[in-house]
Amino acid sequence: MIEFKLPSLGADMDQGKLVEWKVKPGDAVTKGSIVAVVDTSKSAIDVESWHEGTVYELVTQPDETIPVGTVMALLLEAGETPEAAEAWKRAHAAPATAATESMAAPAAAVTSPPGASVTAEPDTRARVSPAAAPVRTRATPAARKRAAELRVDLASLAGSGPDGAITIEDVEKCSQAAPAPVNRMTKMRKTIGAAMARSKREIPHYYLASDIPLARATEWLASYNAQRNVTERVLMAALLLKAVAIALKHHPNLNGFYRDGHFQPASAVHPGVAISLRQGGLIAPALHDCDSRGLDDLMRGLADLVRRARAFTLRSSEFSDPTITVTNLGDGGADLVHGVIYPPQVAILGFGGIRERPWIVDGVVRAQPMVTATLAADHRVTDGHTGALFLADLSRLLQTPENL
Amino acid sequence: MQTAELRNTVHAILQSIAPEIDPTALDAAAPLREQIDLDSMDYLNFIIGMHERLNVDIPESDYQKLVSLDDIVNYLRGKLPA
Repeated sequence: MIEFKLPSLGADMDQGKLVEWKVKPGDAVTKGSIVAVVDTSKSAIDVESWHEGTVYELVTQPDETIPVGTVMALLLEAGETPEAAEAWKRAHAAPATAATESMAAPAAAVTSPPGASVTAEPDTRARVSPAAAPVRTRATPAARKRAAELRVDLASLAGSGPDGAITIEDVEKCSQAAPAPVNRMTKMRKTIGAAMARSKREIPHYYLASDIPLARATEWLASYNAQRNVTERVLMAALLLKAVAIALKHHPNLNGFYRDGHFQPASAVHPGVAISLRQGGLIAPALHDCDSRGLDDLMRGLADLVRRARAFTLRSSEFSDPTITVTNLGDGGADLVHGVIYPPQVAILGFGGIRERPWIVDGVVRAQPMVTATLAADHRVTDGHTGALFLADLSRLLQTPENL
Repeated sequence: MQTAELRNTVHAILQSIAPEIDPTALDAAAPLREQIDLDSMDYLNFIIGMHERLNVDIPESDYQKLVSLDDIVNYLRGKLPA
């Protein structure tokens, strides 16, 4: 019996609203397949399965808001019979009620004493409901998806479809009438604020900066791109990420998580790439396995990640996996950034804008493209010495871009 | 393709990348990237958009010629068959 739970989606994203199921009972799922779309204060997220199995029952209903860790669906493992799921439901009905009650706000809807809900047909829906039983809004799956994309609250709409169901047209009409997603922006600002306040409260940051000459990297990239079709060009941002990933392999104490009072190094390098959203706000999903991917593959992954972040179609693993954050202020950006670590990560690396600046080479002042790299890291895990070695390594790697 | 039609196409590509802007409200003679927020990925997508819609190849070394919307339209005119 597999409990499919709402996974952790990063610091301070502690709940989500089910937008739609991508599977139905009887469907086979594999590792990494998209099972559901869940909306959070930051984005709609494609939730992936971490198991292989067959969907037995969908516990959570669309429009329900549930805390992280809630069992959303029951899956049968290979060879299991439905009886296994039914037994699981009987066994878990009562304790799960108690757990959810203590976790959620006063759960008025669930007041039955422990044990009383162990019946032949326990109402699994009631125990994961938030405070009040949600009113299920009638809407087509396409309308639900569109509403999540456009941040339209389905409950506020009158449907024009069969039996008053909300259609995709109703959603789009409403979105045009009220384009300002004020509620979403307020929520996202609050979410970012909560995570950053926690970081500033709990993490003893130290800060380092290093000026890195990029003449070689710029020249090498220009000649690399000159031979390529426009759709295959590589941006400096990808080259910088690759160098960061390799340097992190050499300095693993900056790559991982601080949890339960100690550092847990990560086995892979999954930098969270800070992406600003056009309507405001920020998201830093993981670009997986940056250290082992080739530059072209990394660039394709980066382009895809930015596109999906802006279309709100990121995957749950991209929210839960980042092992460090990398923020790049880009061409027009400020000179440098003093980053705030995203807990439970232990470091954030920042690149300022790349500009021509005077730099001394062999005793001669020359103008050349420069970037200021900054590192903010967690003093509970490393000292400035480790950070300084890391930045020096990063600078060294960027002087031989052809090896990246 | 007429200049006006070409300009409309460039506007449409720009809007697909930055949906919040009104390209007709931009100063076509002033530097584009001083008027709208395009990062390097947006700019690359803009170039790719022109490549795909107009079948024009724009080498990276020509980026410096593409400062304003007027520059871009003139550049494309020179690249397209009359």
